[in-house]
Amino acid sequence: MQQLFYFFRKYKYFLFFLLLGFIAIFFTINNNNFHKSKFISSANEITGGLYEKTSQISNYFNLKYLNEELILENNNLKNLVEKYTSKADSTISISVVDSINYHQKYTYTSANIYRNNYHNFNNFILINKGKNQGINKEMAVINSIGIIGITEDTSANYTRVQSILNSNSKINAKLKNSFHFGTLVWNGQNYNIVQLEDIPRQANIQVGDTIITGGKSTIFPEGILIGTIQKINFQSGNNSIDIKLFNDMSNIGNVYVVTALDKEEINTLNNSLDE
Amino acid sequence: MNKVLYVTLLFFSLLFLQVFLLNNVLFLGFINPYLYIAFVVFYPLKKERYLFLFLSFLLGLSIDFFSDSGGINAFSLLFIAYIRLFLVQVIFKKTEQDYLLFDLHQEPFGKFFNYVIILIVIHHFILFSLANFSTQNFSSVLVNTLYSSIFTSVLFFLGTSIFRKKNK
Repeated sequence: MQQLFYFFRKYKYFLFFLLLGFIAIFFTINNNNFHKSKFISSANEITGGLYEKTSQISNYFNLKYLNEELILENNNLKNLVEKYTSKADSTISISVVDSINYHQKYTYTSANIYRNNYHNFNNFILINKGKNQGINKEMAVINSIGIIGITEDTSANYTRVQSILNSNSKINAKLKNSFHFGTLVWNGQNYNIVQLEDIPRQANIQVGDTIITGGKSTIFPEGILIGTIQKINFQSGNNSIDIKLFNDMSNIGNVYVVTALDKEEINTLNNSLDE
Repeated sequence: MNKVLYVTLLFFSLLFLQVFLLNNVLFLGFINPYLYIAFVVFYPLKKERYLFLFLSFLLGLSIDFFSDSGGINAFSLLFIAYIRLFLVQVIFKKTEQDYLLFDLHQEPFGKFFNYVIILIVIHHFILFSLANFSTQNFSSVLVNTLYSSIFTSVLFFLGTSIFRKKNK
């Protein structure tokens, strides 16, 4: 017994170091696991509030670029509306079933980015909407140019988004001109390049082909732009394709959070199949 | 200066300097200085170390909160805080009696330089290894460690040279 006390007295600082060290390692492992609840996250009121203050200042320097992006998006939307109205004009008789025409599958919530990082191995983005605005875990985050990430951890007014530049990010993606699909991952090297894996070899792919989201998951709507094929490495055995993102991930300001209205229905159906 | 006030000021100024300014530097796209290790360098030397270890852990954890990095800053800062006493004993040849009067600015620059560089390199290596969190990409861990260590030490010695002249 006395030796035990002697041991504790001799190594008390080492034991204290071990205790704190284990806590830190625990947080680190937890942070690398998408499905566990998060302890250390910037989506809390203190850090979120402080980042809000700093981003209010830094946003001014980005206004010109954001305006250009918004004008482009407006342009696209106007063209889309024009296309549909002209279609309706040229058709003589239109017979549509109401329930098909008005079945909305997704709603969009706009949000601002308060903090964006892209130089780590696991990158996260902080946005200014949270549970109070109806944001939950595992919702898609996109902007007018392409995909951004998936929401991961929400507090009352802030949400932490797992960027596509994260080693844990896995997103279903497919070729625009065929139905071959694969998984979008990131190898941590270059923030403009992501990797598409597990594309079948028989898929007819060329450098420059467009990659879009696949719609096989309940998170992303189908057809959100991702990027173009830059390099095909089929020799290495893991069928990996380098994709250059449309988005400049170092320069993003306004985003949309996509709520999939059918998600619960699909998930309950999937769960009932499992049982 | 009052020691409690000095430590509190050091803690918060390093925390906010790191998360709001230095984390956004991204020199050449990926090189960041991690100047908050100055907390471990400048914390007054004492035999009783619980508070020092705990505050280092807390500073690292606060930075982790801001940068969404789990516990990597907490662990790496805690580690160099723990080995600091051994380094002081080995490099400056100090014993427990000298701790009270120990002043880094009085020491020869060569020893001070070695002391800081060893702390920086160990800290950065642990930080990037934990951030990588796999056995892949080991070369990028080494590259990041090298470049960031150089950046941090340049900033550190520039900063301390300003404050040194004031003291004299």
